Amino acid sequence: MSVEAAIPEGYVKVFSKPKALSDAKYTYCPGCHHGIITRLVAEAIDELGILERTVGISPVGCAVFLDRFFNCDFVQAAHGRACAVATGIKRARPDLVVFTYQGDGDLAAIGAAETVHAANRGENITVIFVNNGVYGMTGGEMAPTTLPGQRTTTTPLGREPRLHGYPLKISEMLAQLEGPAYITRQAVFDYRHIVRAKQAILKAFRNQLEGKGFSLVEILSTCPTNWRMTPVEAGRWVAEHVVKVYPLGDLKDVG
Amino acid sequence: MSRVLMRGNEAIAEAAIRSGLKCYFCYPITPQGELVEYMARELPKRGGVFLQAESEVAAINMVYGAAAAGVRAMTSSSSPGISLKQEGISYIAMARLPCVIVNMMRGGPGLGNIAPAQGDYFQATKGGGHGDYHLIVLAPSTVPEAAELVRLAFELSDRYRVPAMILADGMIGQMMEPVELPEPVEPEDIPERPWAVTGAKGRPKNVITSFDLEPEGLKEMSLALQETYREIERNEVRWEEVETEDAELLIVAYGTMGRIAKTVVRLARQEGIKVGLLRPITLWPFPYEPVRELAERVRTVLTVELSAGQMWEDVRLAVEGRAETPFYGELGGVVPSPKRILEEVRKYVG
Amino acid sequence: MPKGIVVVDKERCKGCGLCIEACPFGVLGFSSEYNSSGYRVVYMEHPDKCTGCAICANVCPDVALEVYRQEPTKEAA
Repeated sequence: MSVEAAIPEGYVKVFSKPKALSDAKYTYCPGCHHGIITRLVAEAIDELGILERTVGISPVGCAVFLDRFFNCDFVQAAHGRACAVATGIKRARPDLVVFTYQGDGDLAAIGAAETVHAANRGENITVIFVNNGVYGMTGGEMAPTTLPGQRTTTTPLGREPRLHGYPLKISEMLAQLEGPAYITRQAVFDYRHIVRAKQAILKAFRNQLEGKGFSLVEILSTCPTNWRMTPVEAGRWVAEHVVKVYPLGDLKDVG
Repeated sequence: MSRVLMRGNEAIAEAAIRSGLKCYFCYPITPQGELVEYMARELPKRGGVFLQAESEVAAINMVYGAAAAGVRAMTSSSSPGISLKQEGISYIAMARLPCVIVNMMRGGPGLGNIAPAQGDYFQATKGGGHGDYHLIVLAPSTVPEAAELVRLAFELSDRYRVPAMILADGMIGQMMEPVELPEPVEPEDIPERPWAVTGAKGRPKNVITSFDLEPEGLKEMSLALQETYREIERNEVRWEEVETEDAELLIVAYGTMGRIAKTVVRLARQEGIKVGLLRPITLWPFPYEPVRELAERVRTVLTVELSAGQMWEDVRLAVEGRAETPFYGELGGVVPSPKRILEEVRKYVG
Repeated sequence: MPKGIVVVDKERCKGCGLCIEACPFGVLGFSSEYNSSGYRVVYMEHPDKCTGCAICANVCPDVALEVYRQEPTKEAA
């Protein structure tokens, strides 16, 4: 840290970078909520003291560089296959704590089958699902989660459900299955929601430690770059519009 | 060594379990159903993980995960299923993970049929998926050899950190023969995997990846992979020769066709026709040198395959005009009799 | 003395402004400084107003902020 001035006596540090994060700078765009979500995962790993037994699975997409940001072991997965890769790791070494971190294109489009079946098996893994409604890395194309009317580079006139399908509510779908232990949808557009999202992530990891099975935390995120908005506008967009299509809260919790 | 009568598919499964297989992931497809079923029965009893995946794509990615976690992992399938696995195999190759993939080939392209075929030679030996990579490809021609090559596949895959494939067909998979099964390996006989993701305790983190956005970085990864391939080419070429000493015509055939060609050699010799056989056991690395040396001494190198002429290309690369290189192949799952091949041989002798 | 201090890692800051928006007391603002990536970084424009609540650091997507808070005095405790 480039400390501007020495901290005077009598002050205690109340916030600093979690130990699970390396010094590598994020590759996310300015204001992207990915950065908050990545940090919350690291904080959860710190608080549970599981860094030395955790393996993360990075996706294809904006989080493809995730292994650089974390200090734990990592495996990079093909687009959409993170839940299958996580299954292989967890079945081979059940003592490891295994989590995937996937975007909406990765998890809900190309990886829908791997996600549904890992959930249905109640695979004892933790899934962090970052939903920002577009393919961020490739240039803002339509995702299965894109809102009706939302303009993307592949729906230049706005998503027309009768042509392009409706927003895919993957968490609602998964919540219908018997396999999963915990399915929740959170957001990080303000401090209050960040605190809640953190609790959800902690629970999703704790469930794994307690052997409860598949836990997925969907987190509504922004993509200021591809939404053509400032970071502040993007956060407001989630709060005002996205949550109407994707209501926040627990969809399944076996306790 | 225990000698038992087994189907090829079952012998492969048993040999894999005795080779320290920890995780097996599959999706059902004919003609390798007995392999899947044997694993489902036996592997969990013997401390391993059996999991039927939702697809071939998922199965190979589960192998990727288990191999990354540092255990011996395997999947098996047949041609259309192997096509689906190509994405995962490409990632596994670049991420330098050892594992074993069994392909019990069937007729193709498309859905084809379930009869014996060798139409996946290109796919198996030239990479198969995207990018510059190879698998070690081992082609058994008998059930006992299949069991033996499974053990070798695990060993070579570990030694070089590249995936290995057993390439056979339903003929080998479903016939029964007496097999000498390999002795079970002890856990300490399996090489250490310090690179595996086992939790970063007391060491820096391990990362399993096939990705580097920087061209120079990716080039370095690629060159290291290519250097391994050159080393495998130097050390691991395997083949069998039958009556090649005085042969005037050399048959090159592998797997099921290699087996049938042995009968052809015997029948031809009974008629006084000097025929020899070179049977590649490793299809990659291909025995270019042995074929080349024999091509210096024979007039004809006849390639016989259950395809439209795939290995034939490698044979011609090896022969480079030193002998004539005719081809005889069958398609669609038709398996020629030794007599039919002998007719083909007669065209080029006397 | 302010109750809190926000330390900005200028090289991590991407100048997105989420912390400025989130601060309940208007402590933070854009400085005139740019970092080596060309981002205009934030600074404590009104340090006296800082309570050390760390909301800024919680909303920061780049983990660019460290927050210190004055320890409660014995009388206050």
